[in-house]
Amino acid sequence: MSRLASILSALILLAYFVAPANASPEKFAEVLERDFKLIQRSSVKTVTPVLEAIQASGFENAQEFLSNWQEKSLWFRKEDNRFFYVTTEDKKTYTLIDVVTGEKIGEAGKRDIKQIKPNSGVRKLLGSALVQFRLVSPDLAVRRASLESISRDAKPEHLPALRNAVETETDLELKTGFIQLERLLTMQFGETPEERIEAINSFAGDLNLEVRANLNPLLASKLEVASQLPEDANIARIIIPGETGIGSDASAISPSVLSWFSEVRPELDLDEAYLMLVKSGAAPAIVTKQERDNTIVKNIKDGMVGRYEIASLNTEERRDAAYSDLVLTGVAEPSPSRSDIEAAVSEHVFFARFDEPDSNVTDAVRNTLGQINASVRWNTFLDLALDAISLASIYFLAAIGLAITFGVMRVINMAHGEFIMMGAYSGYVVQQFITNYTLSIIVAIPVAFAVTFAAGVALERLVIRHLYDRPLETLLATFGVSIALQQLAKNIFGTQARPLTAPDWLDGALVINDVVSISWIRIAIFGLSILFFVGLWWTLNKTRLGLETRAVVQNPRMAASMGINPDRINMLTFGLGSGIAGIAGVAIGLYAKVTSELGSDYIVQSFMTVVIGGVGNIWGTLAGAGLIGIFQKLIESFNPSNTLAAQTYMIIIIIIFIQFRPRGIIALKGRAAEA
Amino acid sequence: MSEVTLTQPAPKQEFGGPLTRFLMRNPSTLVFLCLLAGFTIAITILSEGFGLGLISTSLVKTLGKTLCFCLVALAMDLLWGYCGILSLGHFAFFGLGGYMIGMWLMYARTELIIIKAGEAAALPMTPGEIHEAIGTQIFGVVGGSEFPLVWAFAHSFWAQLALVILVPGILALVFGWLAFRSRVTGVYLSILTQAMTLALALYLFQNDSGLRGNNGLSGLQNLPGLEETPQAVVSVWFLWASAFALGTSYLVIKLIVESKFGNIIRAIRDDESRVRFLGYNVEGYKLFVFVLTAIMAGIAGALYYPQAGIINPAEIAPIASIYLAVWVAIGGRGRLYGSVIGAAFVSLLSSMFTGGQIPNISLGFYTIQWVDWWLVLLGLTFVATTLYAPNGLGGLFDLLTSKKEPDDG
Repeated sequence: MSRLASILSALILLAYFVAPANASPEKFAEVLERDFKLIQRSSVKTVTPVLEAIQASGFENAQEFLSNWQEKSLWFRKEDNRFFYVTTEDKKTYTLIDVVTGEKIGEAGKRDIKQIKPNSGVRKLLGSALVQFRLVSPDLAVRRASLESISRDAKPEHLPALRNAVETETDLELKTGFIQLERLLTMQFGETPEERIEAINSFAGDLNLEVRANLNPLLASKLEVASQLPEDANIARIIIPGETGIGSDASAISPSVLSWFSEVRPELDLDEAYLMLVKSGAAPAIVTKQERDNTIVKNIKDGMVGRYEIASLNTEERRDAAYSDLVLTGVAEPSPSRSDIEAAVSEHVFFARFDEPDSNVTDAVRNTLGQINASVRWNTFLDLALDAISLASIYFLAAIGLAITFGVMRVINMAHGEFIMMGAYSGYVVQQFITNYTLSIIVAIPVAFAVTFAAGVALERLVIRHLYDRPLETLLATFGVSIALQQLAKNIFGTQARPLTAPDWLDGALVINDVVSISWIRIAIFGLSILFFVGLWWTLNKTRLGLETRAVVQNPRMAASMGINPDRINMLTFGLGSGIAGIAGVAIGLYAKVTSELGSDYIVQSFMTVVIGGVGNIWGTLAGAGLIGIFQKLIESFNPSNTLAAQTYMIIIIIIFIQFRPRGIIALKGRAAEA
Repeated sequence: MSEVTLTQPAPKQEFGGPLTRFLMRNPSTLVFLCLLAGFTIAITILSEGFGLGLISTSLVKTLGKTLCFCLVALAMDLLWGYCGILSLGHFAFFGLGGYMIGMWLMYARTELIIIKAGEAAALPMTPGEIHEAIGTQIFGVVGGSEFPLVWAFAHSFWAQLALVILVPGILALVFGWLAFRSRVTGVYLSILTQAMTLALALYLFQNDSGLRGNNGLSGLQNLPGLEETPQAVVSVWFLWASAFALGTSYLVIKLIVESKFGNIIRAIRDDESRVRFLGYNVEGYKLFVFVLTAIMAGIAGALYYPQAGIINPAEIAPIASIYLAVWVAIGGRGRLYGSVIGAAFVSLLSSMFTGGQIPNISLGFYTIQWVDWWLVLLGLTFVATTLYAPNGLGGLFDLLTSKKEPDDG
């Protein structure tokens, strides 16, 4: 019994708390009745108290009411001044829906009711009032959406609602978002400068893109010209025409600091500066060439302009002369001379005035942006380093197989790129049979190795073995194999790119912050190349095969006399090198499109890696790949939009590098080097 | 046929000038020049422009272009077959020659069009206006109108003609000097030349390279000032010019390889170190051959592209230079006529196969379409040639004359 009593009392308690909410429709209806006139003929001046009253009523469907009002779907009945939403099918009779209860009340003719059409100012106010509702909506998804919509299109009137939402928000993640947005809004729209400066300072070192996007507009400035610098203005920079450029914090950069790498152009040249003077009415306009020619054409009489024949007006000097004749006769306006222009420009001061009047605010923004930019620079450098390492590991993967065959056998295998391509296509074919991407990649790696190992052994036995004493011809013969294989792949798989899909867990990127991120595939490739490096090092240095291989590298004849079969070693080495190319193909295919030209895209870089690194040594290949990767990214970073130029300069640097170390970074010494 | 004269007693009674005597001693050269002259005359007689009209203008152009290929193959043979330098970059020089002449062709033709269009205007155009209009016309496709520095001489025919020789020559000189002085030889050199070619092609692919990026230069078949002359006539002119260039180069190269200089470069091919130990400046010889062949390639390109009508960076891609090596290898290295035969044979066959002039073979279950399978066939043929017939097509002549080996083979 006692339990029943306690439940009952709980229910009563609950009813007590819910009661005011139940009461709110009446309160809401009261507001509507009282403020009918203000709603019907709303204006920006009068609507605010109404909105406050509606909000204060706590009515749960007030949001619906406001949005209908805003979208002009609110009507009222003329006879009793009651508000309705309406639906109609034939535009003659309208079904009326009560705004408080949401029930159908009846029908009315077109004449009995009238639509309410708020003006755009009122609609704007309604919009921000709606935001307020959404920010505290019980639905988490609605709150999230409203956060996004505010951050897309922030307005000063959102600020109070946002501050309110920060207080009440319970979801931690959303609360962080609200706080950040509140700071951003305070920074732009805060009432006192102190409040704004505090918000600005709170962002020091923040790498968030949105912060930078919101800070920069605060430094917006307009170019102005005056005879003297105004004293009360918040000046961003004083411009010397033809000299100073514009810095990242809206200050002027003097020519001595003009960076050598990133081109900083003068903000205003002399002509542009003069044009500003003309616009401000402080100087007479320049007669452009077009205007000059038009005037001349207008004054043609009988094939003559003044004392000049038309046919003789085929140089700028003649036209100028003809024009100055016209000026003397008074039919044309004189144009200021060069020295006039220079004098006029030097008599005035050109400057940029901040849109923001308070210099304390702009100083704080400059300070904060400076700290952010310093942080961004470091992180960009880190990002660049990650990119370079990732590129280096791709080159390493592509080149290591080549380094083995080239290093051990002194054989240039031009078909190496096609082995990479075969590996990638093997992966593609495996994926046609195994639809689970994770499993298919795990299967594809040994399959690709097996396919290209077999191809490599076949190539060695059928072609290369017969050409050991003619290295240049090996190059050509393997090139023949390469074009045949490439065309064969085209015939089998077609010319369009085939997808080699990475498993889900390799999708996306490891995002460290808004500047530094690296895709998981690249991390996987990095891991793979480390694995290869360690594996090969172990094979070459700790196994019987490796020992024999190194012996053959150093002196094939001596090795043969020690009972090593160089033919067998050569065949296995070639197979191994080709097999590794196949695995590299799977890895490369994961992030590049698989086409028949996949291999030839990498072949020159692979050769370069081997040549730079020095043959016959996996440390050399590692060093070569590292050097090429780092250099290429470094060059790209000077001009990120132009990777073609980066590759061009890269190759030129390599050609020059070879001057100093013709045998690569890590060169074989002694007799082996002469082979 | 190309016996070294030092080992033979010279004929007692010499007659004619030195050139005549040289030709008498080298009958193969005489035969080649006669055949080339006969071929040119025959084509002229059969052409639409000057004779019976039995062969089409496009075929005349194809043959003229083939002669240019023969010329660059000839240069390649001197470099590779005689001096042992396998350059995988000579098609870059070929392309550069084409670009140099193409710049003038395009500039001059656009200038004529602009001047003609300007005649309708109220005022005669100033040189500045004409220049600006040409710039807009030429560089509009890459979003510019300013003339890059490399076009500084484009208005002058003679300057561009000089650049046809100077640009490939100087590039080869700088590159060759750098490469040879650091003793880069063999496959290393091949790779390095390939890298140079790739760098050049990638550079030209950029829109701001000043040569219209991957649009390349176009409309080169229209000679400025000769709009009235039909292509049928122009094509025969170019055939003559190409044949003349090929004949002259053949003679020059033959003279070089038959001289003492020729002996030294062959010695360098066979054993560089020994020649160096004998006191010769190996690098100088190699550099001379490298630069000379680059210039020849440039001239060949300058003759080729006005016949082709368009040049773009894809033409310079490393693969083209490798095909050049393939022609020479299939034709037979170390004999000049071999490289000419190789280039003509492979390039004509290639255009026939890819042009659909060879009937497809139906195997019942599968039809071999030569457009798809030609490259496979070429690749495998090439492997087979390298393995089993190092003397190439030229080696067939040894069977005919029942000679064992050409002394310079």
